[in-house]
This record gives sequence, C-alpha cells and structure tokens, in this order.
Amino acid sequence: MLTGNKNTSWKFFSWFFALALMSPIVVMLWGSINTSSDLFTHLWATVLPEYIRNTLVLGVLVALLSFCFGVPAAALISQTNIVMGKQLRWLLMLPLAMPAYLVAYLYTDLFDYAGPVQRLLRAWFDWQSPNDYYFFDIRTIGGAAVVIALVLFPYVYMLTRTAFEQQDRNLLRASRLLGCTERQSFYQVALPLARPAIAVSLALVTMETLADFATVQYFAVNTLTTAIYDTWLGYSDFAAANAIASVLMLFILFIVVAEQRARAGQRHQSSRPNTEHERKQLSFAQQIIASIFCWFLVFSGFLLPVILLLAMAVDYADYNQLVALIATGKNSIKIATYSATIATLIALMLALFQRLHQSRARMIPLQISGFGYAIPGTVLAMAMLATFGPLDHAINDVAKAFDFKAPGLILSGTIFAIVFAFVVRFSAIANGTINAGIGQIPKSLDLAPGSLGVKTLSTIFRVHLPLLKSSILVAWLLVFVEAMKELPAVLLLRPFNFETLSTQIYQLISDERLEQGALGAILIVLFGLLPIIFLNRQKDSK
Amino acid sequence: MLHKIWFSSFVFVALLGASIHVAANDDVNVYSYRQPFLVEPLFNEFTKETGIKVNVVFAKQGMAERLAREGEYSPADILLTTDISRLIELKEKDLLQAAESTELTEAIPAQYKALDNTWYALTTRVRNIYSAKRLGEIDFNYEDLADEKYQGKICTRSGKHPYNVALVASMIAEHGEAYTLTWLQKVKANLARKPQGSDRAQVQAIHQNLCDISLGNSYYFGNMLKDEKQKVWADAVYINFPNQSNRGAHVNISGMAMAKYAPNKANALALMNFLVSAPAQKMYAETNMEYPVRPGVEPSKLVASWGQFKADNLSLETIAKQRKTALILLDKAQFDL
Repeated sequence: MLTGNKNTSWKFFSWFFALALMSPIVVMLWGSINTSSDLFTHLWATVLPEYIRNTLVLGVLVALLSFCFGVPAAALISQTNIVMGKQLRWLLMLPLAMPAYLVAYLYTDLFDYAGPVQRLLRAWFDWQSPNDYYFFDIRTIGGAAVVIALVLFPYVYMLTRTAFEQQDRNLLRASRLLGCTERQSFYQVALPLARPAIAVSLALVTMETLADFATVQYFAVNTLTTAIYDTWLGYSDFAAANAIASVLMLFILFIVVAEQRARAGQRHQSSRPNTEHERKQLSFAQQIIASIFCWFLVFSGFLLPVILLLAMAVDYADYNQLVALIATGKNSIKIATYSATIATLIALMLALFQRLHQSRARMIPLQISGFGYAIPGTVLAMAMLATFGPLDHAINDVAKAFDFKAPGLILSGTIFAIVFAFVVRFSAIANGTINAGIGQIPKSLDLAPGSLGVKTLSTIFRVHLPLLKSSILVAWLLVFVEAMKELPAVLLLRPFNFETLSTQIYQLISDERLEQGALGAILIVLFGLLPIIFLNRQKDSK
Repeated sequence: MLHKIWFSSFVFVALLGASIHVAANDDVNVYSYRQPFLVEPLFNEFTKETGIKVNVVFAKQGMAERLAREGEYSPADILLTTDISRLIELKEKDLLQAAESTELTEAIPAQYKALDNTWYALTTRVRNIYSAKRLGEIDFNYEDLADEKYQGKICTRSGKHPYNVALVASMIAEHGEAYTLTWLQKVKANLARKPQGSDRAQVQAIHQNLCDISLGNSYYFGNMLKDEKQKVWADAVYINFPNQSNRGAHVNISGMAMAKYAPNKANALALMNFLVSAPAQKMYAETNMEYPVRPGVEPSKLVASWGQFKADNLSLETIAKQRKTALILLDKAQFDL
C-alpha cells in the first residue's frame, strides 16, 4: 500500500519516535546492571517479600474492583432504560477528572480515626477510644484499592460502554432469533464482543496502579514503588532502584502480553452505522438497584470529593490565592498542551503505520512506545536526567569547543524534559485510543481509494483522518487531563521558578494544609471535566 | 491540507522552542528542599537589598541525583536542605565547594558547620516527644518509648522519614546497633497504628485519643498553634524535650551549601551572608518557629516560652554517618509494615 520514498521516511520516523520513547526504559535497564547484591540480599530478607505481596494484591484488587464497577455500569447505561440514563452516561466519567492522590488524601482524612466521620460517630454514641467500637481502617490495601478503583474505573466504563454501543446489532438480533434469551445473548454475544475493550482498559488501570506512589503513601501501604524510593533516596543506590523498577516493568510487560493474547485473532468491524436499538426494560426493583449502584459510583468517585474541596475553598480561599493560581495554572496548561499534542501526533503516526504498512515488524513501534505508562513518574524522571544529562553535556562541550557561549542545560533543565517525560508516560493512552479508532475503520477502506488511483497520503487525509477525528480529539484530551494531574515527574524535573497546580497541591497536602490549595485542586478537576464535556457533546450531536 | 499541517507543526515547534528558558546568569539560582512560604519572604528581602534576582527550584527529593547528573553545567548556586543527612549526602557525592567569608565565620558556631566550610546550618530543630496533657507532665527519654507501659499508646510518621532516620542514627551513635534494633522493635510493638501521615497528623491523633505519645519536630508545635484548625490539636499536648537529665535532646538542622559548579559564585556568597545576618535569622526563626543558629538572635517569643533545653552535643557528621545503618535497622525491625 505504501510505496516509494514516503514509505521509507515514514518507516524511519515511526521507528525513530518509538525508539526515542523507549530510550528512558533502555537507560533504566542499563542502569540496573551494576546493582550490588548486598542491598538486595538485605531487602529480600527484610521487607521486599511483603512489598511484592502488597503490589500484587493491590493490582489484582484494583483490577477486580474496576471491573465490578465499570462493566455493569457500562451495560446498564448502554443496554437498559435506567432512569436518567442520559445524564448518568457522562456523570459516570467524571471521576476521571480527579487526581488519585487528591481523592486518596480526602478519603483518608475523612475516614481516619481522627477524621470527621469517626469523630461524629464518637460524639453521637459517646465512644471514647478505638476499643469501644469497630470502624473499618481506611489505611489498608483494601482501602487503597477501593479509592484507586473509584477514580480509575471510568476507563473500564468508557471503553466497555463504547464497545457495547458500537456492536453490530445484527449479531445480537441473530442470537435472539436463534433462541437465546435476552440474558443469554448478553453473556454469550455482547460481553465476549466487548472483551478487547475490557482487557485494554483493565490493563491501563493495572499499570496506573502499579506505577503509583503518592496515593499508596497516604494509605501507608508499602509497595514496590516504596522499595524504589527507599533504595534510591534512602540507600542512595540508583542501580538497585533501577533494578526494582525493572522488576515492576516485568510485571507490567506480563499484563500487556496477557492483554494482547486475550485479544489475539479477534477482529470484528461494524461497517453499519449504529442505529438506536431496543433497550432492556428494567423492573421497578431492578431500576432501584441499578440507580443506587450508578449513583454510588458518581457520588463517591466525584461528587463527595468535590463537595469536600468546595467546602474547604469557601472557608479558606481568598483573592491572593486566585491570582497566584493563574500563573501556576498557565504552567500546567502549557506543559499539558505540548504533551497532548506531541503524544497524539506520534500515536497517529504509529497507529497508521501499523495499519497501512506492510513490513513484518509493523506492530513493534506502536507497542514499544506504550511501555512508558508502566514506569513510575519518579523513575521516569530519573531516567530523563540520565538520558538527557549526557546529551546536554555533549551539546555544551561542542559549543565550548567552537568558542560559543555554553547554552546551558537546554534539554534536561527545561520544560523539554517534563514534556518528553509526559509523552513517554502517556503515549499508551493516546495509542490505545487512536488504535481503537482505527480498528473501527473497515479495512476495505484502506484499499478502496488505492484501487481508484489515489495516493496513500491523500487516502489518509481524505479517508482515515476524517473518520478518526473524534478519536484524535479524545486521545488529545485524555493525555491533556493526565498531564494536568501528573505529579512526580514535574516535581523532579521542573526548571527554576516553575510551579504547577499539581506541585502546589502536593506541597500543601504534605503539610496537612490542603485547605489552602483547595481552589487549585478544583481548577485541576475543572480542566479534567473538559474532555468529558466534549465527549458527551460529541455523542449527542451524532 | 498538507501545507496547513506542515505550517502548524512548524509554529508548534517554534512555540515549544521559545518557551524553553535556560536560567539567566546574573541571578542566583537555588535548589531548595525548604518550602516556598519559608524562603520566599527571605529571598524577596534579599532582592530588595541587593538587586540580585533569586531563581528557585523547590524539590522534595532527588536533588543530589539531579545535581550529579547536571555536573559541571549545573545552573545551581545554592542548595537549601532540611536535614543534616542531605547535606552530608551532597558532600559525599562531591557536589559542594567551600564557601568562606568573615560574615559566615562570625555568624555560625563551629558545631553548626562543616570542618571544611562546605555546609552551614541556618536553623536547628529538636525531635521532640509530644505527650497528651491527660498523662500529666513526664520527663521523657527517647529510650522510654520502648517501655511496655506505653503499649498501644505511640503514634509516629514513617520510620524512614529523614527526621526519624536521623533520630535512629543518633540512637545508634549513642547505644550501638544491637541496642537500637531491640529499641526499634519494642517501639514498633508499642505503636497504636502503623506509621503514617505527617508529624502534625500524630498530634491530631493524640487530640482524638487514638494514642498518647508521638514524635515530632519542634516547629510543628508553633505552626499548629498559629493555624486556626490545628490549634485544638496542639492544645491537647505538651511538647517535651527528651533526655534532659542525660545527653540532651536530638537536634537536627536546616542548612545551606554552595554547589561545586556554582556559575554565580559572588552572588551565591552574598545570599549566604544574607541568610546568616541577624535580621534574616530573626525572620527565618519567626516564620517557621525554628531556633536560629546565630548566637545572639533570639527564637520567637512562642518558641522561647517552651523554655531552655539541653541539646545532644553529638556531632552532626557522626549522626549522618550512621544514616545507612539506621535504614537497615528500620528495615530489619519492619518498622513501617
């Protein structure tokens, strides 16, 4: 399909970008080679087994909970006549706008022994000490898993719902004609058809969980990321930290491969526009249960945290805070915009390469460019320094050799490093979204213009890009939101006098003074709402 | 269509390029572990007096690594830290240079600076034991935290937090490894809940009857008293200076150092001199309720009201040397698990 010069240059750039995004990972693996075995023996004998256990348990629990939250919600919204379905349809996406570390802080604060809920209970029932009553301990793996799942399940919900909605109705009708009950046709046809979407979203959720540090810290749950921090910052052993990060990568690689295996050989493209279909009519009791379920998710994943933040903002916010927010907000938007744009362009290029190119290894660039999602932000930041530090040195050395003024650290000491880190980290999201969009385009369309004598590039511009318009925007917005929320990489890589909304909030949270950052937190959430509003409007206008 | 795309890509790249700034050269550049609200008033004052602009990167961790990677092209002039071990870490990685001036020599007593003048303390803070007022007044030793009578009564933040690591290191320096490990295991057995939250959160827990005793730095007490919401927490506890009948309370420092490759050395020295000047020391002490290191500068009234105390005179470098061992013992005791 692709021929001539364009073919090679496209191939070259695809591989180039994919390898560039891979480079921090390679640097990380390389850096782990010189690990001293002493420290490992010590860690293994003391804390590491517990950390690994916690990591696995947390990953499995979050995946399980996200599945239990997301899939039924998707089914209820897309297949039944649930009351207020039209509103719930987008309300259920709102938790995506909440940074996990923020929700974690709010919930641990709320349900902690010293928090308002338990204080109120004690005041009501005149309990004096923890021995007088039972209350669940929020700072446990279970607590962490529930809270993380509450903000991550929308990924599962979103992708699964889309899968349900875009299913070929004829298949479902056929199954009914062949004698399936409504229930059978859901479990035997609709659900299996949605399997790829469920698998992709669960993989994303698990990766996000495993790479997390700030959130688990509030829950006092020690995971492999704790071990990475300990070895790097405590024992100052960067090599060992890299080695543990590599182990984490292996876990995640396993998830990615498992996910792809699960999808292997499944291709189903609906070439029919999706017409409004008959929805299952819920009985009154079913309506109530379904509504409680969906509203519980909306309330605990979004409304409650926002109410808590608003209450704080009302009490504490003032004009000066607002002024300071504008500058930090601008920084956040700036890096988020750059990251989203670059990540989307690269994803587009790689996904189209995979689709239209004929070389045997055409899948590889897309796949390897998504690995960065699995690297904890801090490790990624370190890898950035390790990658761009030497490059910067080379640039300065050359400049000096030719008697120019040394330009300084133009790569590792500027927002370049932050944007690069974000692109590495969030490419998986852009890739997934755009690739899913391409998957929806029937393959016959790749060939059709060709047979009419139209060139490849112009096929892409006339056929693929218009069809991908919404996927491109969704990918852009998702990366934008994630970049607004991201914390550890900015903390470590930021240049002088550079504060973002997330760094500011983190600073205040670590002082137990979130009240004063509530306004900024609300701002992050508001920006997080943008893609959701957009997605919703778009669906409505269809 | 194609042209449009090329054009917009070009504009985009140009914008990205334009927004990349490299730190200017006639300012002074600071990497700071200290928080903005603490140091910004000081820097503003410095700029007012000298006209030298201060650029800051605030970091929580990883500064040494960043500095090491940046090497000779690092823009950093001054490093501000909250803990002695961070200063020693920078020194051990050969990232500092000696800074000398008559002001510095006059202002900082010998026990609060490096022998080779690579780092200077700016303030000191005590690792206090906070206790519930309901217990009455008690003379605490750190060693007492291992006493069985406090079973289920103690709260603390993560053992691996630098402030706790430094305390454990000082225990090792005083009693040796074996004693300290047993001590840690017994303290862990006395914990009301697994280590979590910040120093302030522990006081909140005491206020709520979850525990009776906690470890916390001295200035948090003052800062909580100044905070509307947190005042009730602080009102529920006494701040105790441990080991007053023997070696004295464990003291840590916040400090400063000049980066090895500081590009603006003269400005950096000017800032260092400013930070140890009496007015700056006074300001530092007032804003964060710490003890100024410059003799003759009084701590804030509130801090002074907690009374005189005896500080452990173990050298800071000795404590910092035990840091790794302290971490190993904390792992062995599985203190945070």
